Amino acid sequence: MNVGLWEAFGLIVRRELCLSFRRPDQLSQPLVFFLIVTTLFPLGLNLQLSLLRDMAPGVLWVAALLSSLLSLDSLFKSDADDGTLEQLALSGQGLNVIVVAKTFAHWLVSGAALVVVSPVVGTALGIPVGAFATMMLSLALGTLTLSWLGAIGAGLTVGLKRGNVLLSLIVLPLAMPLLIFGAGATDRAMSGTSAAGALYFLAALCVFTCTLAPFAATAALRITLE
Amino acid sequence: MWTWFYRLASPPYVYGLAARLAPWFLGSAAVTIGYGLVAGLVFAPPDYQQGDAFRIIYVHAPGAWMSTFIYTTMAIAGAIGLIWRIKMGHAVAAASAPIGASFTLLALVTGSLWGRPMWGTYWAWDPRLTSELILLFLYAGVMSLRSAFEDPARGDRAAALLGIVGLVNVPIIHYSVTWWNSLHQAATVAKLGKPDMPGSMLWPLLSMLLGFTLFYGAVLCMRLQGEVLNRERQAKWVREAIRS
Repeated sequence: MNVGLWEAFGLIVRRELCLSFRRPDQLSQPLVFFLIVTTLFPLGLNLQLSLLRDMAPGVLWVAALLSSLLSLDSLFKSDADDGTLEQLALSGQGLNVIVVAKTFAHWLVSGAALVVVSPVVGTALGIPVGAFATMMLSLALGTLTLSWLGAIGAGLTVGLKRGNVLLSLIVLPLAMPLLIFGAGATDRAMSGTSAAGALYFLAALCVFTCTLAPFAATAALRITLE
Repeated sequence: MWTWFYRLASPPYVYGLAARLAPWFLGSAAVTIGYGLVAGLVFAPPDYQQGDAFRIIYVHAPGAWMSTFIYTTMAIAGAIGLIWRIKMGHAVAAASAPIGASFTLLALVTGSLWGRPMWGTYWAWDPRLTSELILLFLYAGVMSLRSAFEDPARGDRAAALLGIVGLVNVPIIHYSVTWWNSLHQAATVAKLGKPDMPGSMLWPLLSMLLGFTLFYGAVLCMRLQGEVLNRERQAKWVREAIRS
């Protein structure tokens, strides 16, 4: 049976989404983690709301990075453990399209979900409603970029028994520019100045990783699968 | 014409070559670093603004240059190993990583010691400093990824790929002082046109740059010998080489 490129992409995305929604607790855990981490900062620092507002973009972005990392470990792991990934790789479709589809599906259930709940967290941290659009756009671009970087890291560590910490060690340095520009964009929107520069930079990083990271992630999977 | 390239893929040849080259690298490094240190620390005139404190540049700038140079070398060597399946490429990459990480640490430490009297702080979250710190983390990631695999061949290839991915950071470090407003001074030597430095300060610096590069060559040759012996420990030629 011949399956076209887009059809294969759609089928894999649908399979991933279906698997995620069958286990709603796994879907919600990173989101709950995101909420808890952002709650820890005001409790631990005992700040007035004005000080909290100054820190809000950084807190929001660090929490978003950490909770996305939490779910990255499972990107290829369960499929590699039970042999599904090898079957997919042998299916005649390029490994590339499989990696792209899986990463995109992963972003839909982790990154996009974070973007949706971010206004709640933003309100709790004292981010004004006027900055929400910039905050959500920057988070959407940033988490998509992070999913691509994470796909490289997850591909490299998929064969390892305790790859989780190593995955963070690999991905976080590469993700630092995201934090700088993402928090910068939100910060600028809060102070009322134009956030366009930082957003353009995030968009450029996003396009850059979307085009090149799939090849790197595929190469990484090839190395660890063999 | 390509035979010299093919010979580089043979472990005994690389082992012998490294053993023969190491003393030459070491000797020339001693001469250039010796001249650079004496001329830079004693004979160069003090800076009109920074006084004698500027002299740390003779360690700091070459260290920073080596940190990116070794990273690039490591990534290229890893790519050669990955693409042409030349095991010696991975050996060079594995031998280079700890040296590069040490030079990165040296650049960060001397930079913060220099920052204290000049900027009034040991550390600033500035693009140049941050990107150099990321480079240190990248070295750490490459080294721990290599050792995380039980199968060394797989670890080599995974580390090589991560090294290539991390290469995007190198131009960011280089241009960080041009692209963003930075506390760090802009390039004074590595730029088009005439360097912003008189010869009495410049020549010792260039000599130190060359000396550090030669020193890297010497340490690489020594580490490479150990790396090759460890990788080829089952081979017959290793037993013969050790016996003789």
